[in-house]
Amino acid sequence: MATALAQRLQDRLPLGVEVADGIDMPVVTLPPVALLAVVGTLKGALGFDMLLDVTAVDWPGAPQRFEVIWHFYSTTQFSRVRLKTRVPEQDPTVDSLVPLYGAAAFMERECHDMYGIGFRGNNDLRPILLYEGFVGHPLRKDYPKDREQPLVPYRTY
Amino acid sequence: MDARTERTIPIASANVKSGAFEYLTTKKDELVGWARKFSLFPYPFVTACCAMEFMAVSSSPYDTDRFGAALPRFSPRQADLLMVVGTISHKQAPVLLKVYEQMCEPKWVMAFGVCATSGGFYQNYAAVQGIDRIIPVDVYIPGCPPRPETVIDGIMQLQDKIARSKHVIV
Repeated sequence: MATALAQRLQDRLPLGVEVADGIDMPVVTLPPVALLAVVGTLKGALGFDMLLDVTAVDWPGAPQRFEVIWHFYSTTQFSRVRLKTRVPEQDPTVDSLVPLYGAAAFMERECHDMYGIGFRGNNDLRPILLYEGFVGHPLRKDYPKDREQPLVPYRTY
Repeated sequence: MDARTERTIPIASANVKSGAFEYLTTKKDELVGWARKFSLFPYPFVTACCAMEFMAVSSSPYDTDRFGAALPRFSPRQADLLMVVGTISHKQAPVLLKVYEQMCEPKWVMAFGVCATSGGFYQNYAAVQGIDRIIPVDVYIPGCPPRPETVIDGIMQLQDKIARSKHVIV
C-alpha cells in the first residue's frame, strides 16, 4: 500500500520533489522553497488533513546542517507521510505551516526552542518548553548536555 | 410508678483518686518533639511518576496515617513537611523555592526518589541535580521509584530526627 501511495504522491507533486519508500511511510524530500506548495497539495488534493509533528535533526559538519521534518496523517485514508528538507546553519529558516495547520503553532515553537529553526510567518516563537533567558538550543549536537542554566541561585548554606 | 422515673443514673466517682497514674515528668524538647513527630502535615509537591508510588504508600495497604503523616495539606502555609516527589526541572525550581518559603516554621523537607535526591538519570541541561541545591533537605529516599517500605523507613527516620532536635518555643 505504501508503494501505491508513494506513486500517487510522485504523480501529484511538482518536479524536483523526490518521493521514496521509507520503512514505515513514504518520505518526501524537497527543497525549502517548495514547502508551501507541496504541503498545500498534500492537504488539499491528497487528503492529509492532520499535522502530527514538526521536528529537526542536527547533522554537524554537513553542508546543509539541519534537516527539518514534518509528519502528516490522513484521517480518511489512514495513511502517513513524512516530509524532509535541509537548511544551512547560517540561515536555518523554513516557511511556517500555521496558515495551513493550526497545530503547527506550538510544534514550531518547540522546534525553535530545541534546534533554533526559524519559521517564517509564525510570529509567536517564544519559548514553550524552555524559559525566557535560556541561551542556546539544547538539542543541537554542539550544546553540552549537562550545561545547566539555573533560574534560582544555588544554596550556599 | 412507671419505668421512666424509676431509672437512676449512676454518678461516676470522678473525684476518687486511685494513685495509679496521675502525672509524669519529661523534658520540654522531648514532649514537643513527640507531639510534632506524630502530626506531620505533608505538602506533596508531586511532579512525576513517583506520584504513583506516593499514592501507593499513602493509601490503605501501607497507610502512612499510622505515623500521623497522612493528611495532605494543599496549601504550603498549613503544611510542615514538604514532600518533593519527582523530577524538578530548572523551569520549575522557582516554584519549588516559593512553596518552601511560604511554609511556616518548623518545616522539614523530604526528597522522594532519586530524581529529587540527585537528578537521577536526568544528567542533562533540564533537570535540577538534586533539590538540595535549592532548598535544605532533611531526609533522602533512594529508589526509582522507592519501595513503600523505603518511604516508611524515611518517614520514621524523619520522626527520629524531629524527636531528637531542639524545639524552641517562642
